[in-house]
Amino acid sequence: MNLRRIEERFFFTCMIVSLLVVLSSLVIIVSLIVFNGASSLSLEMITQTPTGGYFLGGSGGILNAILGSLFLALPATGLAYLIGMCISLFLQSDFSPSWMSNSIRLFLDVLWGIPSIVYGIFCLMIMIALGFSSSLLAGICALTLLEIPIITRYIDESIKTVPIGLKESSYSLGSTKFETSIKVIQRQALPGILAGVLLGLGRGIGDAASILFTAGFSNNIPTSLFDSTAALPTMIYSLYAQPNPVVREKAYAAAFLLLIIVLIISVVSRLLTRRLTKHVLR
Amino acid sequence: MNIRKIRNDLGVHFIRIICGLLCLLFFLIFFTLIVKSSTILGDHSLIDLLFSPTWNPTKGEFGLGSVIVGTIYVTVIALIIAIPISLLSAVYLSEYAPRKIRKILRPFIDVLAGVPSVVYGLCAFLLLVPLVKDYIAPFFGIQSTGLCIFTASITLAIMVFPIIISLCVESFDAVPLALKEASLSVGATKWETIKKVVFKASAPGIFSAILLGFGRAFGETIAINMVIGGVPRIPETIFHPGQTLASLIASSYGELMSIPLYESALIFVALILFVVVLLFNLFSVLVLRRTKRKWKL
Repeated sequence: MNLRRIEERFFFTCMIVSLLVVLSSLVIIVSLIVFNGASSLSLEMITQTPTGGYFLGGSGGILNAILGSLFLALPATGLAYLIGMCISLFLQSDFSPSWMSNSIRLFLDVLWGIPSIVYGIFCLMIMIALGFSSSLLAGICALTLLEIPIITRYIDESIKTVPIGLKESSYSLGSTKFETSIKVIQRQALPGILAGVLLGLGRGIGDAASILFTAGFSNNIPTSLFDSTAALPTMIYSLYAQPNPVVREKAYAAAFLLLIIVLIISVVSRLLTRRLTKHVLR
Repeated sequence: MNIRKIRNDLGVHFIRIICGLLCLLFFLIFFTLIVKSSTILGDHSLIDLLFSPTWNPTKGEFGLGSVIVGTIYVTVIALIIAIPISLLSAVYLSEYAPRKIRKILRPFIDVLAGVPSVVYGLCAFLLLVPLVKDYIAPFFGIQSTGLCIFTASITLAIMVFPIIISLCVESFDAVPLALKEASLSVGATKWETIKKVVFKASAPGIFSAILLGFGRAFGETIAINMVIGGVPRIPETIFHPGQTLASLIASSYGELMSIPLYESALIFVALILFVVVLLFNLFSVLVLRRTKRKWKL
């Protein structure tokens, strides 16, 4: 009897300790970035593109990376949403038999697990085969591939929860499959869809490995789809180990901005989900 | 009426085509990787590529053995650290924590699961590397620059915490209350209930959480690249620098296009990553199906 009590106490202590380990490491990470980043962030940093000699500590900011990140992640998320929506509608029983949707789900799971660098390599190979080099377009393609499995999984999960009666009543009123999908199912599943899309956006905007080769690096703001561009993650990756502290400050500022963006996306997703849930039939 | 029918047909076909393209994409990636790496496979034998420990592209030696060993070291150490810690934290959050603490901590952990890996890498470089260099490695009597297998594993473990925790909490919460109550009512302590009922009932969930954590650890590129040191040699201790498969691609990307054989070797590395992820997913599908059949879920 006593032994059982001791075991209980022992594991309870272990739990507290491990939770403290997790929380302290995460708090340290956030505070480290905020502490280092906020001090190096200035108005100049976010409103100017880098000037010459930038990597030697020249003046200028990281506007090219901020805009580059947005130009890469927003179109990629839009595309991934469109494709993901189609796939998850197809995964439902009124479009495909269950063996087919199960195998597509398996493909998606595998695609989710594939390291993003593989997508980067793949897109680069395709682009080179088509005669382009690293460009905004290639970066968008790589990010889209990266986001499709994530967004699709979330949309699929939320579409699965749509009550069958709702679909049936839409069909019984004479609406077609497509109309039911777009007007009834999509609206009912909207909170889940939105959460998935924002999650995909967060992953896309923070991923460095897939755009490392595909988007390249540039000091200018991209003006066409075929320009190479910088992005916040690649900026951090190329600047973090520079010996010059003035240059490293820029990596900290970029990391701080990236963290803020990810936090904002996450908070917005929570708020929107709560607000939109009000209009969903239960 | 007719317009609606046409629109429906168009829409449904569009959805079908997109889905077909996705399946095609899966095979396209696979075959492109195979075709592109056939150059190196024709030049060196597969055994030689996978097990020879010398990676020296300029001399035409493309042995990935040491890199594979490095990958296994980093992934396994990271998971050994991460799994018990995150499981115990998840148990606390799901079963013991008061509502208030839960309400604060769960969103916090979810948010952290979305923090980009570069940020983790940067933090590790700023804090963990000097720490390992000045305190931890000398404590074990080893000279280290701080850029080593150990640092990379710790970084990975911290990155994997939020993922495993939030998935495990989810699957613990899904265990029916009646099961727990039945166990408690026959006199089991809370921990015994967790050990014998909750863990068993949520085993598929725990399994897939760990698998997702493994996938993240195995394929992580940038954060590892920042702290591992990037030396493709079999590390003598965990405080020596090493290299992992994904990180090898990232650090060689500048030279990628220069030599065809070199490019092909790096694409072969990408192929290895793809195949390993594929095998693990197939394996997990089989295991999950098995457990489901066994428990008639």
